[in-house]
Amino acid sequence: MFDRSVLDLDPAGEVHEISVRLRDIVQKRLRCRGVVVAVSGGIDSSVTCALAVRALGPGRVFALLMPERHSDPDSTRRGLLLADALGVARVVEDVAPALAALGCYRRYDAAVRRVMPNYGEGWRSKLVLPGDVLDSDRVNVSQLVVRAPGGAESTVRLTADVYLELVATTNFKQRVRKTLEYFHADRLRYAVAGTPNRLEYDQGFFVKNGDGSADVKPIAHLYKTQVYALARHLDLPEEICGAEPTTDTFSLPQTQTEFYFALPYREMDLLLWARSHAVPAADAAAALALQPVQVERVYRDIERKRAVAAYLHLPPVLVKPVDPGPPWERQDTPGVGE
Amino acid sequence: MELRSMIRDFVVENFLFGDDTRLGSDDLSLLDNGIMDSLGVMDLVAFLESRLGLQVPDSDLVPQNLDSVDNLVAYVERRRATAA
Repeated sequence: MFDRSVLDLDPAGEVHEISVRLRDIVQKRLRCRGVVVAVSGGIDSSVTCALAVRALGPGRVFALLMPERHSDPDSTRRGLLLADALGVARVVEDVAPALAALGCYRRYDAAVRRVMPNYGEGWRSKLVLPGDVLDSDRVNVSQLVVRAPGGAESTVRLTADVYLELVATTNFKQRVRKTLEYFHADRLRYAVAGTPNRLEYDQGFFVKNGDGSADVKPIAHLYKTQVYALARHLDLPEEICGAEPTTDTFSLPQTQTEFYFALPYREMDLLLWARSHAVPAADAAAALALQPVQVERVYRDIERKRAVAAYLHLPPVLVKPVDPGPPWERQDTPGVGE
Repeated sequence: MELRSMIRDFVVENFLFGDDTRLGSDDLSLLDNGIMDSLGVMDLVAFLESRLGLQVPDSDLVPQNLDSVDNLVAYVERRRATAA
């Protein structure tokens, strides 16, 4: 039987279980003294940070805030609010100079100018999906929304090479942040906690060797709806519990829905659950007041994103096996559950 | 060159490393079989516009038009007939 209650969970029990396991993993498997969490001011990193505090205590959690030129200042404010509410050590590292030195902003603007020659100082932009996955069979091809200094917005079709250049330049942001996370992790002998929820983990909404990189991912098994439930149980600040998920990556404000998921997270969560549990489209449609054809479209979109996600998840591929394998490749690695 | 051959060549060269044994029949779904992804659709549109002289509006980016060699041939012929 499929209905909206499939995502219900016992928040107290879940928090307890994650905390016990996280403590065990950090201490025995990773052999680290604490955890670094990149705190964005969003729900996932906030819950991850709070869970780390439950698992290890505030003295073993280090919150890192890393705004750049296009970050919403409110995100940093919320991140500081969270870190201070949890009582953890925190530092703000502005990554804009590093990104500028790598040519992130210059390369991005130059790529946009190949499809919008006037683009420059005072202009803003973001990548978006068409946003009609429910009602159209249209293939999800990203477009660029551009806003001129006067406020006039236009949508531009991208060529493949420009699209790739834009993605490659914005990926600098996640990768530079990860470099700093590991700097602090190395100097403290801490582990890096990744913050993806299940929707992001399953659908490949992360940058390989950027935010996709971590030593432990405490909430990767939780649907976003469940992450919000934990946030409320953990008594996180209301403005964090109520914030709409954004990417905080482009110069124009951008929701995760318009960038990647094509549906609001509540519906995406339920349909991902349904797809993962082989719920027929007709049954899922009845439970969510949708048409079966609409659910079929979302199921197709889920599978296409999974195909892309496979590459993102793949560790470096060996041409020949290393045989006999080293101990850390075996599932029965000592240290877990001891 | 015949339209069908041009389209097949494009698909094989761009999406299959030149290995035409993986394409199989001309009605094979390129999207569902992992041959073409959304980035590939961008390449395909560029090919249709630059090599075949079509203007492809966003509303035409649907599998019925683009998802197999057969669909592509039919789409191009339909568009050419409309333009004529």
